[in-house]
Amino acid sequence: MIEFPPGLLLILAALPVTVLRGPLRAIWMLALPVVAFAIIYTLPDGSHYALTAFGQQLELLRVDSLSKVFGYVFVIALFLGVIYSLHVGPSTEHVAGMVYAGAAIGAVFAGDLISLFVYWELTAIASVFLILARGTEAALGAAMRYLIIQVGSGVLLLAGLIVRWHETGSIEFGLIGLDGAGGVLILLAFGIKAAFPLLHNWLQDAYPNATPTGTVMLSAFTTKLAIYALARGYAGTEELIWIGAVMTAFPIFFAVVENDLRRVLAYSLNNQLGFMVVGVGIGTELALNGAAAHAFTHIIYKALLFMSMGAVLHRVGTVLGTELGGLYKSMPFTTGACIVGAASISAFPLFSGFISKSMILSAAAHEHHYIVWGVLLFASAGVFHHSGIKIPFFAFFAHDSGKRVKEAPRNMLVAMGIASVLCIGIGVWPSALYAILPFDVNYVPYTDSHVLSQVQLLFFSALAFTVLMRTGLYPPELRSTNLDTDWFYRRLGKRALAGTAAFVSSVYGGFYGLSVRRSKRFVEGLYRHHGPQGIIARTWPTGSMVLWVAILLVTYLFLYFLDIF
Amino acid sequence: MSEEPRIVDPNAPGEKGWLERKENVTKIAWALYAVCAVLVLLDFVIHRHAEMGADGFYGFYAIYGFVGSVGLVLVAKHVLRPLVMRSEDYYDD
Repeated sequence: MIEFPPGLLLILAALPVTVLRGPLRAIWMLALPVVAFAIIYTLPDGSHYALTAFGQQLELLRVDSLSKVFGYVFVIALFLGVIYSLHVGPSTEHVAGMVYAGAAIGAVFAGDLISLFVYWELTAIASVFLILARGTEAALGAAMRYLIIQVGSGVLLLAGLIVRWHETGSIEFGLIGLDGAGGVLILLAFGIKAAFPLLHNWLQDAYPNATPTGTVMLSAFTTKLAIYALARGYAGTEELIWIGAVMTAFPIFFAVVENDLRRVLAYSLNNQLGFMVVGVGIGTELALNGAAAHAFTHIIYKALLFMSMGAVLHRVGTVLGTELGGLYKSMPFTTGACIVGAASISAFPLFSGFISKSMILSAAAHEHHYIVWGVLLFASAGVFHHSGIKIPFFAFFAHDSGKRVKEAPRNMLVAMGIASVLCIGIGVWPSALYAILPFDVNYVPYTDSHVLSQVQLLFFSALAFTVLMRTGLYPPELRSTNLDTDWFYRRLGKRALAGTAAFVSSVYGGFYGLSVRRSKRFVEGLYRHHGPQGIIARTWPTGSMVLWVAILLVTYLFLYFLDIF
Repeated sequence: MSEEPRIVDPNAPGEKGWLERKENVTKIAWALYAVCAVLVLLDFVIHRHAEMGADGFYGFYAIYGFVGSVGLVLVAKHVLRPLVMRSEDYYDD
């Protein structure tokens, strides 16, 4: 097989997509992920495609087991995304999706920080079209906020890499750590893309505003590229354990009260990233394996969940919990797919989340992070509550909305079917995934003790839901906007900007008015004295002229004499 | 988007599914209660390999899952919602 950077290949191959139409385009787009997968599969470990620029070695294709795991799952996500969006006519989304996936794959094989930066920014620029393609005013606003924040992350990365280059003389993308200022800046850049707490809200703002198909693509790449970058650069950085623990816990509270079901999924995506960040922070072989495995399973089940909600949005025209219910009658296959995704994210035994998330929890326990372990366990129960139960329940069951629609288009069903098979397949036969992880795995997920404790946790979480529903304590879905950190720039920042603008304009107006009045008075004075009726313009009698000349002469003489003495 | 959804009366004859009948929902709830009871009893049969002490107690995961979930929902409902909920068109100005 050719040793060509698979990411670059996909980016270049997106060009013909702009002109191809119909079945030809479909074949081309379906073939690309397959070819990319084959390339990654046959790539030998090591660095290929090194070139020298800026006196530094750029490594366009650095291959090891960590980059390969992410490369595989990105290609799988692209393949699913292509099938899912086959019915979409205009090429914009197809081209954007292909370039976006190519950039993300390019980034995980980048061996130096400059190449990483280029791909990093390309993911931002390509992906924004998936939001813009929605065509609504809300989407336009969200897309612009998304673009500013994503490009901002890239700018921080660039600043960090320059500082680091200065500090260490190297731009190699290996373990970075927090020793220098460059390392801190780069962590901040990664943290924005990974949706760290307080840097997270672009995710819940942008993803629910993208097209039904675009959100599926978005959910796979950006944040997991950041997880890969963290695993590469900051494995074992203890701060990440706490950051990750906070990330698993706080989004689930927002998820409980959110009405837009795709936004609920965006919050639970944030919570799942927290588990991976904890794994990276712990940094042991088991923890890093767990983080990589969880990224792998998560990309597939999250895409599956977004696909099911995308199908609902496509057919019903909304994914607000208040407007849905009873859809299992019209969309039985979509319902089934959603339940498989829900079971996977909830980490039910025999589903994919179980065999990956438990590695991270076990790693936390082995390293005696008791509090963090407790938080992760709480978040596990919580994620079942809002993603496992709330999403399928309010969309497909609950109170029948009376809405009857057609089942999802066939290509969507095929994509959901493949994703469902993968979720169950990985859950039942974890050894295939374990074999491609960065380190050797001697972890056994299926022990009777572990299965029992997980099933207890989940069933009692379901019991809590049932009791709360039947006693009427469960908060009803309400049409509303819930504030999050986006309030600071969408409202406070806007107000501050408006206030500053008003202040500047009043100060400017004051100065302007003052200077206008002054110049007006000056001009009027001039006019009064020099104008046609002005004192200076009058025709004066000759006598007065002589008088003035005499006064001048006297003054002159006076000064002359003063000078003599 | 495809065509508008067809709206039917969910209470019309033939539209009500098995799942929407009250008595069936009660049956499902009781089945869940029974499963939960069995799961707790299994703690006495299966020796659980405790990772860190606390989780070795009988019913630890059951209690943790139940209390954690109820706490999550009530805090979200009574603390978070009053703090963050605004009208749907809050940002549209």
